[in-house]
Amino acid sequence: MTATDLTPTTPAAPDGSGSLQLVPAQKRLPRWAPWAFAVGGVLVAFAVLALAGRPTIAGVLGLGAVLYAVGLTVTSRFVEGARWATDRLATTLVSFAFLLALIPLVSLLWIVVTRGAKLFGATFLSTDMVGVYGDMTSGGIWHAIVGTLLITGAATLISVPIGLLTAIYLVEYGRGALARWITFLVDVMTGIPSIVAGLFAFSLFTLIFGPAYRAGIMGAVALSLLMTPVVIRSVEEMLRLVPNELREASLALGVPKWLTIVKVVLRTSIAGIVTGVMLSIARVIGETAPLLLTVGLITQVNWDLFDGRMATLPVFAYRQYEQGGVGIDRAWAAALTLILIVMLLNLIARLVSRLFSPKTAR
Amino acid sequence: MAVTSPPSTRAGLGSEPTVPVTKGGLAGRLFAGLSTGAGILILLVLAAVAVFLVIEAWPALTASPEELQEISWFKADSLLAYIGPLVFGTLLASILALLIAVPVSVGIALFISHYAPRRLAQGLGYLIDLLAAIPSVVYGLWGALWLLPILNPFFTWLSGTLGFIPLFEGYQAPAKNIMSASIVLAVMILPIITAVSREVFLQTPVLHEEASLALGATRWEMVRMAVLPFGRSGVISASMLGLGRALGETMAVLMVISPGFLYSLFLLKPGQQQTIAANIASKFPEASGLAVSTLIATGLALFVITFVVNMIARWIIARRKDFSGAN
Amino acid sequence: MLALTLAACGSNSTDSGGGAATDGAENGSTEDLTGTLAGAGASSQEKAVAGWIAGFGDIAPGVTLSYDAVGSGGGREQFLSGATQFAGSDAALKDDELATATDRCFGGEAIEVPLYISPIAVIYNLPGVDAEHLNLSAETLAKIFNREITTWNDPAIAAENEGVTLPSTAIIPVNRSDESGTTENFTEYLADASNGAWPHEASGDWPLSGGQSGQGTQGVVDTVTGAEGAIGYADASRAGDLGTAAIKVGEEYVPFSPEAAAKVVDASPRAADATDKRLVVEIDRTTTEAGAYPLVLISYSIACDTYDKAEDAANVKAYLTYVASEEGQARAAEPSVAGSAPISDALRTEVQAALDTISVKS
Repeated sequence: MTATDLTPTTPAAPDGSGSLQLVPAQKRLPRWAPWAFAVGGVLVAFAVLALAGRPTIAGVLGLGAVLYAVGLTVTSRFVEGARWATDRLATTLVSFAFLLALIPLVSLLWIVVTRGAKLFGATFLSTDMVGVYGDMTSGGIWHAIVGTLLITGAATLISVPIGLLTAIYLVEYGRGALARWITFLVDVMTGIPSIVAGLFAFSLFTLIFGPAYRAGIMGAVALSLLMTPVVIRSVEEMLRLVPNELREASLALGVPKWLTIVKVVLRTSIAGIVTGVMLSIARVIGETAPLLLTVGLITQVNWDLFDGRMATLPVFAYRQYEQGGVGIDRAWAAALTLILIVMLLNLIARLVSRLFSPKTAR
Repeated sequence: MAVTSPPSTRAGLGSEPTVPVTKGGLAGRLFAGLSTGAGILILLVLAAVAVFLVIEAWPALTASPEELQEISWFKADSLLAYIGPLVFGTLLASILALLIAVPVSVGIALFISHYAPRRLAQGLGYLIDLLAAIPSVVYGLWGALWLLPILNPFFTWLSGTLGFIPLFEGYQAPAKNIMSASIVLAVMILPIITAVSREVFLQTPVLHEEASLALGATRWEMVRMAVLPFGRSGVISASMLGLGRALGETMAVLMVISPGFLYSLFLLKPGQQQTIAANIASKFPEASGLAVSTLIATGLALFVITFVVNMIARWIIARRKDFSGAN
Repeated sequence: MLALTLAACGSNSTDSGGGAATDGAENGSTEDLTGTLAGAGASSQEKAVAGWIAGFGDIAPGVTLSYDAVGSGGGREQFLSGATQFAGSDAALKDDELATATDRCFGGEAIEVPLYISPIAVIYNLPGVDAEHLNLSAETLAKIFNREITTWNDPAIAAENEGVTLPSTAIIPVNRSDESGTTENFTEYLADASNGAWPHEASGDWPLSGGQSGQGTQGVVDTVTGAEGAIGYADASRAGDLGTAAIKVGEEYVPFSPEAAAKVVDASPRAADATDKRLVVEIDRTTTEAGAYPLVLISYSIACDTYDKAEDAANVKAYLTYVASEEGQARAAEPSVAGSAPISDALRTEVQAALDTISVKS
């Protein structure tokens, strides 16, 4: 909370003359004031709702939040003045935004974990669905885990080099009409509906290999179509944030441009790039429609990315949900697995990026 | 920052402009060629997708309304009359989702980058990234099985108290309406917008921030004057990313909405609107022949929408270029 | 993998005699079958097919059998393009598709056999009503789904359910939002049996707009479960804890059951263009036969009578023979699997005769 402590008077004037003291010292609310307002707001909300009828947790918290925001801002307006009141309101709103985002996050994780835990376990992870039917609770998702990892991995292998290079082109080399068009069309590409990507990959491969061809790589191509623009967009954003001074310093030292890009620009922005790639993986790893169309669903493991149908976690989860009954439990457990995989990948990516990023980077 | 330049480059310092060219040599040209090639590949792929869409949609584009009406679900007078409400529904759902998600995302990003204690910030960022890591099919399950019952009392109240406003009229349980779909979409695009915005806000030059604080600005004034202008273009492109996802999202909408094909602004009524992507996914399995073409024609429409939306966004960014990042 | 290929070669060489493919159908030799057998199509069959895949895996462990529940239309299209060896479809092949089928079947003919017969239940969510089944005639159902009857205590419903206390809850009709065989059969029933109370034609796509609906069977079940007073229609095996209606046949009310569903199929005539190989049934929705339940869905298994590969011919024949067998039908009929109605022995004889014509192109 360093910034709160910076009252206008704190920046030390180097000559000590005090002439930089723009605002005279003023009355501030005590540090405990926000907490008092928070507790007060909730209590008043509870009292009001209890008088009006049945208080619910959501109602009390909601009304309490409004009372807190209004109470604190108004009090601050009279004690501290308009500027500080605005500041307090902004702090309140920003914090509320964060708390608001926690609602779906916590409920999502909670429901996935509690419902998924029913079937989740070592056997569920390590068996496939061969010979499982009806309301049998046996069977598992090993085949779907393998399929998802293979297909998403292949999609990443296709998308990241292309995406990274395109972003580099756009930021470092691209000038003129071509670059403008690529930037623009990449944005358009983010809007390709997933099912259209699936249709495209399907038509492309069946055109070349005949109508009966089904393979994981078809799904990977469809996914990379969705993934590449996300990679480009986020990497581009990160590369643009690398201060030009760094590039100029490197170039001035006689480092060739491509080496400057690899050693200076990419390394400075590696954390952001990794975040971007992880976002793009997360974007596609849960895609259902294009995979259902291109790679279908089978009950056993298929390690061959280039031949035959494959099971994937999202398709498995969706089909199981569609079947109802014990299938819904399997769908939740598969969803839990999917989230765990993505979290694990995230964690690894973070470690990798920490390893490579320069020490001064945040 | 570790610049591991080979010592030999020192020699070139005298003739500065030629250095990158001569020392870059083959490797430099290869690298430039590769990255340009990747860019062009993107163009080609996109062109291929566009051509594919047009070819596949062609039978529907050229078919007479009578032929189209042979399709069991085709009840409009013409192809345009069929696509129109879908375009409307897609835009409505996505815009509602953006309206909900962008302010919240910017708030969260600011909270993480400038309000939360430094020590906590990274952990909190990770927490929001978690939301991004949740696959869309899980959002669908969550939306259909958890969110709808939760929204029911809220919508009942909203329709009851504010029902005189047409927007909130005629709610019917369960909450399978465009508002619910937009909320699910908003939650889905929240992490993308937050993650990119946060990274951008974090890159605000510390000097700018300290300068404004030193001038006596409150934290909010510092954010408003230093951080937001710096991050504006980043936030806009983050929103575009989010919008792209919202426009094309399939499963979550499919599982949450009771679709309809009307130009309707009733946000809480069931069976009023439908999005293009969800409609394709819903109708595609049973479609064959001309029906597939018609669906792909709607996909082409989505393509055009994204085109137009991005054109507008580009125009906005171009106008604000002066404020944007380091370059 | 090598062993598999070798085995496939081996069976090829023995089958090259021509009629050898029939060997596969005889129970003893299914264990020797090898290769990949792919099917795609109706999701209505999916749970039954899961049971059949497991059962067929027991008798023919060498065959990799898969079924993509992409929907009837997609299944027919994939089959006709040669992407799959068989299809599952809620509707028979259309005229233009039959023409394509000749090409696909190497000059032969398509085989269509009704191997999945399932009652469709009218499901409702009325926790306060203690009657086991509400009695509803097709006419009342038509008016409910056409939104002419809007509350549960409407005189028309009350007249059919004497002694049942009906609430004044508003009726929320729920339909399938996707095009489906279930909707087609349901609307066909309403159109044929409601004496004109249903003003729309039979259609796979729900004719009314502006109401609650759900994607897929599970979507309808979830939506009906989600609101008190909701009524919908879904595959009977998925009704779960929801109430189900008894529909009026002749002068009595018949609740759904596999036997009642099988009865109506036996009592129904064949379609005008049906042949010995294409056993297409025209369900008699207005039957007055005692104990018959005319609200049923028939899902066909579609295959070729001629394949270019001996392996395909043998596998398809063996699989469909298993599905048509008493054992296969009994497995799908288990309530926990799909709760379908087993085909009668008379129908089985006809089906088997059609399946026996499957052979390799000479």
